[in-house]
Amino acid sequence: MALNYTKKTLNHFLKPKNIGEIKNADAYAEIGNMVCGDQLNFSIKVEKGKIKDVKFLSFGCASNIATASIMTEKVKGMSLEEAKNYDWNKIVSDLGGLPQQKVHCSIMAVQGLKKVIDSYEDKKGNKEDHKGKAKKKVVKKKK
Amino acid sequence: MQVYLDNAATTKMDKVVADIMQTYFIDKYANPSSIHQKGEEVYNDVEKAKDKVAKILNAKAQDLIFTGSASEANNFIIKGVVRANKDKGNHIIVSEIEHPCVLGPAKELVKEGFKVTYAPVDKKGRIKMSELKDMISEDTVLVSIMTANNEIGTIQNIKKIAKLVKKSGAYFHTDAVQAVPYLELDVKDLGVDFLTLSAHKFHGPKGVGMAYIDRSVKINPLISGGEQNYSLRAGTLDVAGIVGFSKALELAYKNREKKIEKIRELRDYFLEQVKKNIKDVHLNGHEKFRLENNLNLRFNGIEGEAILMDLFNQGICVSTGSACSAKNLRTSYVLQALKINSDYLNSNVRFSLSKNTTKAELDYTVKKLKETVARLRSFSPIK
Ligand SMILES: Cc1ncc(COP(=O)(O)O)c(C=O)c1O
Ligand code: FES
Repeated sequence: MALNYTKKTLNHFLKPKNIGEIKNADAYAEIGNMVCGDQLNFSIKVEKGKIKDVKFLSFGCASNIATASIMTEKVKGMSLEEAKNYDWNKIVSDLGGLPQQKVHCSIMAVQGLKKVIDSYEDKKGNKEDHKGKAKKKVVKKKK
Repeated sequence: MQVYLDNAATTKMDKVVADIMQTYFIDKYANPSSIHQKGEEVYNDVEKAKDKVAKILNAKAQDLIFTGSASEANNFIIKGVVRANKDKGNHIIVSEIEHPCVLGPAKELVKEGFKVTYAPVDKKGRIKMSELKDMISEDTVLVSIMTANNEIGTIQNIKKIAKLVKKSGAYFHTDAVQAVPYLELDVKDLGVDFLTLSAHKFHGPKGVGMAYIDRSVKINPLISGGEQNYSLRAGTLDVAGIVGFSKALELAYKNREKKIEKIRELRDYFLEQVKKNIKDVHLNGHEKFRLENNLNLRFNGIEGEAILMDLFNQGICVSTGSACSAKNLRTSYVLQALKINSDYLNSNVRFSLSKNTTKAELDYTVKKLKETVARLRSFSPIK
């Protein structure tokens, strides 16, 4: 079955932006899709309530990589609130469309982003509660 | 560079075959069923073509029914035999790793009240003989097990399986679509009652399949309403297709040993180079009982669809059984049947060669594959 990815999707797949893991990131999160088995790991750096930096790692298909790439590009500099509600439709339209069975890749990308922001806010909340004594959350990684 | 390593999906038609077929579109266009001279001329050509196929398969020409695809031939045999032999029982056995065009008709028969059991395979894709033996009962009418698998290339011991099945009184069918020219297909020697082939897998035309059927076994037609093919498959004969099928099969089995030796050498060279250049690569399927043109490789930590898309961008055509490449997002049931660790199920790529594959193409592929795998692994969370 031909996938017919758009040129834009292919470009983001072949030359993805923001790949890697931020050292000493403010939060990490991992998200997986039970159906297709793909996985994304996000790390963020936050400054003044805004996303200063965001990076991702991917065990996934071309569209998994492309959607994470374009989304991370767009949400940099955004407020956490705004980024948390980032619409996956926007990813799809920014890429010029995705094959129908690949739309879930964009949904997984925004869910991962929300998860990493939630994790940051949880940690911050904890820190404030415990006057900075919160333990650093251990990020579980798949082997 | 353009490299086609998806020959298990389909092959490029031989020019000779295309040229011969051409004759029957414009010059020899008469209907072989017509009794006038023009019809007779075409009829004789069809008979000659069938004789050639029959000789290669050690069958009788009247045991060969040409169809619109191997999918049709498999449907015809499975539904036709089971429905026509209800008096013998209501049970059929197919392997877990059959092509969808065998599994599909089997499922349809369940709706009609027949029972289906799925014969399991081991970690390398070989039928578990003792389990198969236990499944066969007095009620078993038909057992269908493919000669060689299209995804992992594993070859079954068809002779041994056929013997086991026949001893019980059940009929035996094998889908040998992937086996040409890698295995000798002598139906008598193999001991099969039914066998399926498809021309486009051996450099013949697409849309031409063939069912070898033991005519002493009762079988219902799938397409009725005409006297062609002894009333077992109605419809004006696809003259060009049958002649093309025959020519392609003849060419496939010409210098067979030499040809497959060359393909095996290239395949083994490719595997050696891949292993030398890329870490954590594993072979799926059987290392010995394997089609000479097939390699199914697992690249740990990255996803098959991404590898495929990256290679495609470099002009290389391969295939993958990963969930992300499937419309239904399900991982290949063939790989699942091997009970591979679920972490690895989506990291597999199939490379399938043909007689047209060259060393230069494989060298290029290794080089690009190395880059692709390194790139995708560089940002994989799985280390
Ligand atoms: C093992 C096997 N059986 C059957 C088929 C179906 O052949 P066809 O395309 O002629 O229907 C294929 C090819 O797709 C195959 O690999
Ligand atoms: S197919 Fe599921 S994320 Fe790509």
